[in-house]
Amino acid sequence: MGHGPAVKLGKDDASAYKTKLGVRMFIAYTLVYATFVAINATAPKMMQSIVLGQTAAVIWGFGLIGLALVMAVIYNHFCTRAEVRMNS
Amino acid sequence: MVYTQSPLAIGLFIAFVSFVLGLSFYLARRTSSADSYYAAGGNIHWFTNGVAFAGDYLSAASFLGICGMIATAGYDGWMYSIGYLAGWVVALFLVAEPMKRLGKYTFTDALDSKFNSKAIQLTAAISTLVVSVFYLIPQMVGAGVLVQPLLGLPHWVGVCIVGIVVTIIVATAGMASTTYVQFFKGALLLIMSTVLVIYVLTQGLSTSPMNNGQPYHDFKTLQADAALNVNEAGYSVVAGLDSEFGKAGFVKLAKDGRETIWQLNKNDEGYRLEETLFTTKMADGTKTYNGSAKEDGMFFPVGHIKELRVNGQEVATTGAVGPLAYLSALKDSTIVLWGKQYIQEGANTITVYYQKPTPGDRVLRPGLKFKVDNATGTQTFNFVSLMLALFCGTAALPHILIRYYTVPSQAAARKSTIVAIAAIGFFYVLTLFMGMGAMTNGVINLTDNNMSAPLLALSFGVVLFSIISSLAFATVLGTVSGLIVAASGAVAHDLMDNFLGMRMSDKGKVRAGKISAVVVGCIAIYLGIIFEGMNVSFLVGWAFAVAASANLPAILMLLFWKRTTAKGIAASITVGLVSSLGLILISPDMWVRYGYLPTDAPVSFNSPALISIPLSFLALVVVSIMTQKDVVISTATETAGA
Repeated sequence: MGHGPAVKLGKDDASAYKTKLGVRMFIAYTLVYATFVAINATAPKMMQSIVLGQTAAVIWGFGLIGLALVMAVIYNHFCTRAEVRMNS
Repeated sequence: MVYTQSPLAIGLFIAFVSFVLGLSFYLARRTSSADSYYAAGGNIHWFTNGVAFAGDYLSAASFLGICGMIATAGYDGWMYSIGYLAGWVVALFLVAEPMKRLGKYTFTDALDSKFNSKAIQLTAAISTLVVSVFYLIPQMVGAGVLVQPLLGLPHWVGVCIVGIVVTIIVATAGMASTTYVQFFKGALLLIMSTVLVIYVLTQGLSTSPMNNGQPYHDFKTLQADAALNVNEAGYSVVAGLDSEFGKAGFVKLAKDGRETIWQLNKNDEGYRLEETLFTTKMADGTKTYNGSAKEDGMFFPVGHIKELRVNGQEVATTGAVGPLAYLSALKDSTIVLWGKQYIQEGANTITVYYQKPTPGDRVLRPGLKFKVDNATGTQTFNFVSLMLALFCGTAALPHILIRYYTVPSQAAARKSTIVAIAAIGFFYVLTLFMGMGAMTNGVINLTDNNMSAPLLALSFGVVLFSIISSLAFATVLGTVSGLIVAASGAVAHDLMDNFLGMRMSDKGKVRAGKISAVVVGCIAIYLGIIFEGMNVSFLVGWAFAVAASANLPAILMLLFWKRTTAKGIAASITVGLVSSLGLILISPDMWVRYGYLPTDAPVSFNSPALISIPLSFLALVVVSIMTQKDVVISTATETAGA
């Protein structure tokens, strides 16, 4: 049927661990994103309040973008460690 | 606004196109197998792939559309940046590694990896084509829009240039050349956007911005008494309080034979009159700008600060500032935004653009574009639904997903997504400064805010404008090439090879891919020409909603629910595709395009994701539960035959 990866992949014993970690981190980020959307939808004036010299909306925006990168780096760190530990 | 062509911009664009074409012909010699054509041989370095992700993803809608939206609607435009970036979290944590593990050339491969189902092959290929075409049209239209100020050529020529160049890129070396084009485009976009933001911050903020050495148009204010006698000599009233203008809150005055429209603001002495900008569309279709031909340049660029405050003090200029000080000064200042109102004067339709001084902290929070303050249930639904589509759409875009097949391992797929998040996240931070820079630097063309970023660059000089404009054109090249690879893969690999069972040799698969790329390229050129004038970012929203509804539920349930069946996946794609498209077609926005009143539309919302995504999940669960027997029978047959 012509499926399967274009290159041969080795066995990955860390796959289950990485999936579990990914789901947990996804849920954590989704909760923060959902809170952001909920505040904007129900109490937008809260986003005009001043936090650290900026509007709360700007802080939330930078926070969500920064949080995505920080969580991505943490995720990669634990995944790489698990791959070294379980696949060696 | 009138644009003048820059030889430097033309030269830079020709140099970029020559470079990518040369690279494509060079790589073509190494692209003989299906693996190398569809997946670049699966040996692209994760860092290169990560930047190529950015080049693929940051389309004309991101660079031109978001900057333009921030320039005119402030924070609400940046909400798109936040939503798009959040979507990459879904791609990284849930989709990246399984996609690499399960798929070969196309998104359909991954969905069909466990089943070998004709239904999945057909529905997923159709979904890929629909999403890719919706994404292609605005890119091609964007190319036509850009070619006018850049090269001084008509719309259709721009569409043809992009279509032909991209078709050559894809048809020569497939994913290999596409990857490097996207890598260079992504890197250049990040570097030059950073340079533009450095210019914005170095110049700082001013109440009288200069536009490439030209002073900002001085919008006049007049005083009139209650009977509309203007305190400045020479003005006479053409259309007063009892006219259609007066009813809408405006008056039409004349001075020295020239008619102008003014916004009425009642005060103690009578009325304060604020100068407006306006366009007039005549019954025969001709259009004037502030009462003159477009070429006369009377429709001035806008965007300025009315009161600039730093640390509580009112100042005329800030000088060079850091990024946080820049946003802080904007927050404390009063920025002049522009409202829009339509007035019917006989057979002429007049669009009046009027000043709306707005506190900076109001601009830097949501609510200017999205109706979130005292919103009705429908308005809240629309907003939440849009944010859901942005969040779920990225990880379901076929042209993004196929990039996971170009790297050698699952770890490389993961790392390239992290590079993409860093690059795209950084770019989206820059969009806030580019958009706010355009909002306050007197560069916005109110009839087309898509050009805000290039025009911001023009305010700093022709050299920067030339680089940014040619880069904007290159932006279209990178994204369109990715879309054509995805669409041609859906035709040649999913439909011809898998669904129709046309047994092809390795070379035959490459030939089929190249022919499909040429056909898809021709269709893209045709669609780009016939959709001229359509809002560039309108169909991108469609593509996200359809991808999130048709593709994401199928991907996630395949990965995380063991009882998922082939029929369940096919049902999910079909229901997601039909419901999202159907709801869009009967939405108020579309009703206006059909020439009806939006209030007469069968549904009262424009964004379908909040309904179509759950429907797609539901269809998959119900059909999978109903077809569990098929799985058991099929397994039993396989066992018996073994």
